[in-house]
Amino acid sequence: MQMPPPDPEVIGKKSRLVDRLKSVLPDDAVIHDIAETRAYECDALTAYRCPPLCAVLPSTTQEVSDVLKICAEENVPVVPRGSGTSLAGGALPTADCVILGVARLNKVLEADYDNRVIRVQTGRTNLSVTGAVEEQGFFYAPDPSSQLACAIAGNIAMNSGGAHCLKYGVTTNNLMGVRMVLMDGTIVDIGGPHLDAPGLDLLGVICGSEGQLGVVTEATLRILHKPEGARPVLMGFDNSEVAGACVADIIKAGVLPVAIEFMDRPCIRATDSFSGAGYPDCEALLIVEVEGSPAEIEEQLNVIVDIARSHDPVELRQSQSDAESERIWLGRKSAFGAMGQINDYMCLDGTIPVSALPHVLKRIGEMSAQYGLDVGNVFHAGDGNMHPLILFDANKPGDLERCEAFGADILRLCVEVGGCLTGEHGVGIEKRDLMYEQYSADDLEAQLRVKDVFDPRWLLNPAKVFPLDATATRRGQGSSEAAA
Amino acid sequence: MRQEQERFDMLTPSTEQELAELIATRKDPLEIVGGGTRKLGRTTARDVLSTRVMTGIQLYEPAALTLVVRAGTPVDEVQETLAAEGQRLPFEPMDQRGLSGADGISTIGGVAAANISGPRRLQVGACRDFMLGIRFVDGRGMVLQNGGRVMKNVTGYDLVKLMAGSRGTLGVLTEISFKVLAIPETEATLVAAGLGPDAGIAALSRALGSPFDVSGAAHFGEGEHSRTVLRIEGLEGSVGYRCEVLRAHLGGEWDVLRGSDSADIWRDLRDVSAFAGKTGAVWRVSVKPGDGPRLTRLLEEQGLPHEAIFDWGGGLVWLWTEASGDAVAIRLREVIAGLGGHATLYREGETPLTDEPHFQPEDAALAALSSGLRRQFDPRGILNPGLMG
Repeated sequence: MQMPPPDPEVIGKKSRLVDRLKSVLPDDAVIHDIAETRAYECDALTAYRCPPLCAVLPSTTQEVSDVLKICAEENVPVVPRGSGTSLAGGALPTADCVILGVARLNKVLEADYDNRVIRVQTGRTNLSVTGAVEEQGFFYAPDPSSQLACAIAGNIAMNSGGAHCLKYGVTTNNLMGVRMVLMDGTIVDIGGPHLDAPGLDLLGVICGSEGQLGVVTEATLRILHKPEGARPVLMGFDNSEVAGACVADIIKAGVLPVAIEFMDRPCIRATDSFSGAGYPDCEALLIVEVEGSPAEIEEQLNVIVDIARSHDPVELRQSQSDAESERIWLGRKSAFGAMGQINDYMCLDGTIPVSALPHVLKRIGEMSAQYGLDVGNVFHAGDGNMHPLILFDANKPGDLERCEAFGADILRLCVEVGGCLTGEHGVGIEKRDLMYEQYSADDLEAQLRVKDVFDPRWLLNPAKVFPLDATATRRGQGSSEAAA
Repeated sequence: MRQEQERFDMLTPSTEQELAELIATRKDPLEIVGGGTRKLGRTTARDVLSTRVMTGIQLYEPAALTLVVRAGTPVDEVQETLAAEGQRLPFEPMDQRGLSGADGISTIGGVAAANISGPRRLQVGACRDFMLGIRFVDGRGMVLQNGGRVMKNVTGYDLVKLMAGSRGTLGVLTEISFKVLAIPETEATLVAAGLGPDAGIAALSRALGSPFDVSGAAHFGEGEHSRTVLRIEGLEGSVGYRCEVLRAHLGGEWDVLRGSDSADIWRDLRDVSAFAGKTGAVWRVSVKPGDGPRLTRLLEEQGLPHEAIFDWGGGLVWLWTEASGDAVAIRLREVIAGLGGHATLYREGETPLTDEPHFQPEDAALAALSSGLRRQFDPRGILNPGLMG
């Protein structure tokens, strides 16, 4: 993975930069010792590492503004970082950058139950937002699987989803306002507790912009009352096409499950031996969950089970108790851990039209044979968000490269059938060089122009999202990269 | 391309390519419209460009909840096509013709460009939340696309949302992909009569803060004629159950309306029918839901005669004012400034605005970002110039 060469001029002024940063931050909020900056050398895409020039941990919006002003004056790139759980390398540093971590911005500022919103600082973790309101029976809906660790700042940057977004939407659908600091230090407030903002939908374009437009320090989020209850049903099928048809029929029937999860045979086998969830050994497994009162759950599950029966399932297991529900979810929730037990894996998140599912699964199977790497598929079937887990051995020379090539082919396939490169993890560096598969040069240029407005000098997270050749002149590094 | 000679030139390109060439070579500003039924505010453009000839449903996969449609397609045609498969546009777009008095054919592109969302917005999201992808021509005449036709997509910047509600100031939409949803088996409306705005909005807030999944929450009318209404949709058994538990949860007298008695209430709320034939200005005000009643109280204190319809649990206030003109706009916006929120003039009264903008002015930093975006997407300033600032 190519990253821009560090600017020697920036590296040369490290001590001055550190001094200036210390003039606006407490001493312990500026991390510049080489041994300590190593803690920020990567995010959850651990294959790529590079310690930053230094890292800062501001505790207030004003401190963030002060830091950005200094970095802008010194012409130093800034890479914002939430909790560092990005699977796409969104927070990967360069040697000449300042990592701006929001971890110390973690307060709840206001919980307003009458208006069903919560205002938090963005270093707060996703799950602890729900934690702050659950005593009153409320929750924050987007639930990425890293929710225990991931920060709201990162959720906003990547527009994170989760297993329950089929009903509740992803981050952008639950984000009502932000306080954000632009690269020049300007603090702006966009949106708020009212349901729509005036003017252009700046909030809509900020959400999912991968920390390239500004540093979001506060967020107003929609909270909802928890449902009365939830219950899953498990179905096994002896071919994935039938499972796909079953998903389509459920969606068409007008019941809206909160989640429809899909696992294929390699994944079922791995998770079952790992977790002992007692899954049937079949080609495709669906877990469909609905919410409501016991009677409402019953009513919805009756519709769903009738549909499932019409597709000849090899197994149909309706949960009758909380313990049984937990067992049904157990395997799915431990899927990543189970695959990780077998080998290293790379997890992709391309999204496809639901109708293309059987074709895509068949092609992934063929490619798996061709590349000689095993792959398990577990994904959010209701919205076509795939999660192929490609197994490889990081210690075996060439395996990572082979795995990346296989992954890229899967993503190309997703685009080819009318889907996209990434449904919830973001582009980061991981899919940066595949962007031309989905967008023309003109389409990308239109996106670059948005960044030109928010960050005219391209100092915020500059080497992410877009192919390096498309952004070289903007980053002011056209000549040095051509020389490299 | 047809050129309908009216008091100005009406340009109606029939393909995206034709539109792109037209804009690329265009020197004078253009007013961008679909069917022209949702015009707000003013632009300095004289000539009009309409997408109304670029019609047709490109793809409809009911099982994938996906519809791809050209911008000029009539909204009615979209709704009929969806209804035939038991589906709908979930965000319940308003038919603005009654309020505006315009008699054109509303286009789906107009709905997207203005981000038009009705009562169900508070449960499922706005029009922008159901837009999966777009094709558009920017002010340089470039044909561009963003997003796609899949439910989850975080590939690159979300220009779909930026274009939703940009009212043709950044580009002309040519094609939109929507997520659609099934029409539920049934609906019911709980109605309480005679509550004041404070008690009404408090009841809505209690219902919206419950687990009972309300899909509409509004309060309208004065004194004993006031009505506080809550909509429940879903499977028959579930709707019946939630009506009962909500009644118990809220206390007081709540009647249950079913069938067209229920549907008519929400259609009228969606279209703001109560103000349709009524002389005076109509404002669309967005505030924190709990601030809805405060807004009207402050207006009373200001001696500004008005009527209000509270939708979205109190957060969307349709405000009718007898008086109109710049002075009213200034006073109204002063009141809103104290609360946080914004106001857009949806229909002129007897005295039109002359200096005050129809859209809420933004603060300096946001205005700089917005005008920066307009300059990037429309460097020559030919798309609806002056409309949104």
